[in-house]
Amino acid sequence: MKLYNRGMIIAGIVVFLIVATFPFWYGRGKAVSPPDLKLDTPAIQQLKEKLCVETAPYMRANHMKLLAAWRDGAVREGNRSYRTADGRVFQVSLTGTCLECHSNKKQFCDRCHDYAGAKPACWSCHIIPEEVR
Amino acid sequence: MAPTRREFLKIAGFSAVGLVLPFLPSLSSAQAGIPLSPAAPGRLQALKAKRWAMTVEPRKCRPGCTDCITACHLEHNVPVIGNPKDDVHWIGLERVEHIFPAEAHPRLPESITKLPVPVLCNHCENPPCVRVCPTQATFKRADGIVMMDYHRCIGCRFCMAACPYGSRSMNYRDPRPFIRKINQAFPTRTKGVVEKCNFCEERLARGIFPACVIACKDKALAFCDLEDPRSEVRLILDKGLSLRRRPELGTGPQVYYIL
Repeated sequence: MKLYNRGMIIAGIVVFLIVATFPFWYGRGKAVSPPDLKLDTPAIQQLKEKLCVETAPYMRANHMKLLAAWRDGAVREGNRSYRTADGRVFQVSLTGTCLECHSNKKQFCDRCHDYAGAKPACWSCHIIPEEVR
Repeated sequence: MAPTRREFLKIAGFSAVGLVLPFLPSLSSAQAGIPLSPAAPGRLQALKAKRWAMTVEPRKCRPGCTDCITACHLEHNVPVIGNPKDDVHWIGLERVEHIFPAEAHPRLPESITKLPVPVLCNHCENPPCVRVCPTQATFKRADGIVMMDYHRCIGCRFCMAACPYGSRSMNYRDPRPFIRKINQAFPTRTKGVVEKCNFCEERLARGIFPACVIACKDKALAFCDLEDPRSEVRLILDKGLSLRRRPELGTGPQVYYIL
């Protein structure tokens, strides 16, 4: 079998493999430190029991599902209050309830979203109190 | 010794079950998901009705008054863009000949033809905007409010084409820079969604009447349950002839005009 332009083809394959695998060998051995989330806002410090709407591990894994359920429940069903399993009642509101405690969106929401490469579209409409004139 | 066909199938079957099993509990817990409690008793009593409706008595309006518009647009973060093409409005003023073309004729008195009439979404009984919306972003609630779920709007503007009243506005550009003062209690919209009057459903949920009705010092606007025979709206309608905009279209508007 004869391979025409052998040099160009093999060089091309080598260049392609280097470029395609670049992220793997470039990042080898380097560990990106997990985001440092700040939970020391005045509202959180005033809480007797430092507990979110649900438990922290649940919120860490499922806050997006909870927010989607809050969104659909509030807009489409008119459910504007949320009762937790242990009987506490919260107003269903992103700006009013979530950001009241987590008033440091930049050090809380954004740090983890940047780390995970998540780009939620919440803030194109919902208001961040610290950014409003 | 090589396994027989029967043994091989048994092993394959058990392996498949074994592979799937670890995922089952996580799946079932994800489905159990978030329990959404049925409206827990809040601190404030929400206003409820079988059918919300509004009456407008434009002859009570003071000349040049725009209090209802200002109050509504401040409340809902409606941008003031200042060019008619991109203009966004939830409530506005129109001339009688434009909103009641069938009733208008050349011999109408000037007190009627020059009268500015507040116009807003009619929250139709049979809303064409709801019918055409491909994503169900616009929907009709059980209490008659035709509402928008801005999360779902894709900006196709079918609803704007369907609405015979021009009650809907498109955000052709990012509205945030055009909002004079942002009300933190209500979200803004984003570029590429349609918006309209929502009968202040977010205020009704907090037990407060709509912003335009509260802002009107001349009591030209009334808002009540149409199904309640003793409601203010019904008392006003009982007095005499009232008009609805283009009723011949069969949309069943729920904003009644007394002229």
